[in-house]
Amino acid sequence: MSLAAAAPHGFLSPNGVEIAFLLVGLVTFGAALVTVTTRQLVHAALWLVVTLGGLAVEYLLLTAEFIAWVQVLIYVGSVVVLLLFGLMLTRAPIGRSPDADSGNRWAALAVALAAAAALVWVVVDAFRTTWIDLHGPAAGSTEVTGASLFQNWVLPFEALSVLLLAALVGAIVLSRKAKAETTGTPTVPDARRGRAEKEGAR
Amino acid sequence: MNGALDVALRLLVVFVVFLTFPLIVGQTEHKVMAHMQGRLGPMYAGGFHGWAQLIADGVKFAQKEDVVPTGADRRIFQLAPAVALLPYLLVLLAIPIGPGEGAVGQVLDAGVFFVLAVMGVGVLGSLMAGWASANKFSLLGGLRTAAQLLAYELPMLLAAASVAMAAGTVSLPGILDAFHWWWLPWQIVGAFVFFVAGLAELQRPPFDMPVADSEIIFGAYTEYTGLRFALFLLAEYAGIIVLCGLTTVLFLGGWHGPWGADGLGWLWTLLKTAILAFVVIWLRVTYPRLREDQLQKLSWTLLVPLSLAQIALTGIVKVVIQ
Repeated sequence: MSLAAAAPHGFLSPNGVEIAFLLVGLVTFGAALVTVTTRQLVHAALWLVVTLGGLAVEYLLLTAEFIAWVQVLIYVGSVVVLLLFGLMLTRAPIGRSPDADSGNRWAALAVALAAAAALVWVVVDAFRTTWIDLHGPAAGSTEVTGASLFQNWVLPFEALSVLLLAALVGAIVLSRKAKAETTGTPTVPDARRGRAEKEGAR
Repeated sequence: MNGALDVALRLLVVFVVFLTFPLIVGQTEHKVMAHMQGRLGPMYAGGFHGWAQLIADGVKFAQKEDVVPTGADRRIFQLAPAVALLPYLLVLLAIPIGPGEGAVGQVLDAGVFFVLAVMGVGVLGSLMAGWASANKFSLLGGLRTAAQLLAYELPMLLAAASVAMAAGTVSLPGILDAFHWWWLPWQIVGAFVFFVAGLAELQRPPFDMPVADSEIIFGAYTEYTGLRFALFLLAEYAGIIVLCGLTTVLFLGGWHGPWGADGLGWLWTLLKTAILAFVVIWLRVTYPRLREDQLQKLSWTLLVPLSLAQIALTGIVKVVIQ
């Protein structure tokens, strides 16, 4: 949040972009809350679309155009589709599912709050002195993002690639094993593989 | 004031294109399919070769009752056509039809990613429709849509990435600025992969397994009537325009032409797009529907390796010519 409010004129006189950032952030937060609290499974997946789309808008407002479109492409276009596919393939009742709840919800809430606190603290601490000029040339254009990714962050990038490759191989091994044990539906391994390869392409 | 007027004018032009071009493709499909099948097609409405048939169809759709099944999830059911249609309107904004700033709705830095990302969102409409209809045929259609999308988005992305590598930019006007005629043979495999994967993403024949009318009635759109059904049809035709326009811009050089490209660049874009749209219709009449396993096999064992090979080729040539 501190990034958006980082214009040189201080926190108390927000400009239009900052107000928009805050409002979109509220909508995103609300959608995220509905995602985890709604009792309707497919509605949860669709609210997740709103949440992820809201995040993409936030990236756009921070001039990171490339990241925003990749967010839409990967998360809204692929991950949510995969999620819906899985739901429809297994169980996607219309209306409320009374049993769509977990006894772990308080533990989950505690973990979520701890994770959020840690993330906010780390990000605020790391970027305390980084200002984004929202009105100058875009600071997050494809060229800038690519240059910094492949100059300063090559090692983490490659490490992530190896991780995703391992996930891909693991998915193939698991799907083969399941096939050998039971003659399961052929579409499920396909979909899994699709996810893994898409992640690999990222 | 001038800036606002400029933006409003651009939006208006894109909107008019969005409303008219799909209808033109629809009418062309009526006539082309009819002639290829040795019949006449609509001949009476409007007098000249039935040109007003689409208007009559539109009036028919508008008159029909808007039915929502009792067991359906009402809000999702009603929202789905809009989710299916609007992304194509947004994509049209980013497609340049001529050289310079004046011939594109909005210049985007990451145009290729924008169009592919937003096109992927459109498929959510079909999924929502399939699930919310409370109909097993609709659900099957939705499932097939999702499986198809998961299989074909990867080759489409890889093919587009190949062009972006060749041009050294992901902006659509930037790619066109960098285009030379010899890109055509260089990127021809990528063009094939992109076009085929795009057809599959639009669920056009021969990739119309999700709406296979002889098996599952009309897939995700089975329960829709009236205007909402018309919106889904419109989304399909708008999708054809978008796919053909994108293939033109990415692979066929857009406004570049053998001659007269200075003032008439936009004409070249439209001509190439129209020819590709004709090919889309042609394919519909020519090929039988692919079965689900054939669909998956085509993508994973043919299109993905081909697009990877195209990327390798692009990389090698790019290094050699530098």
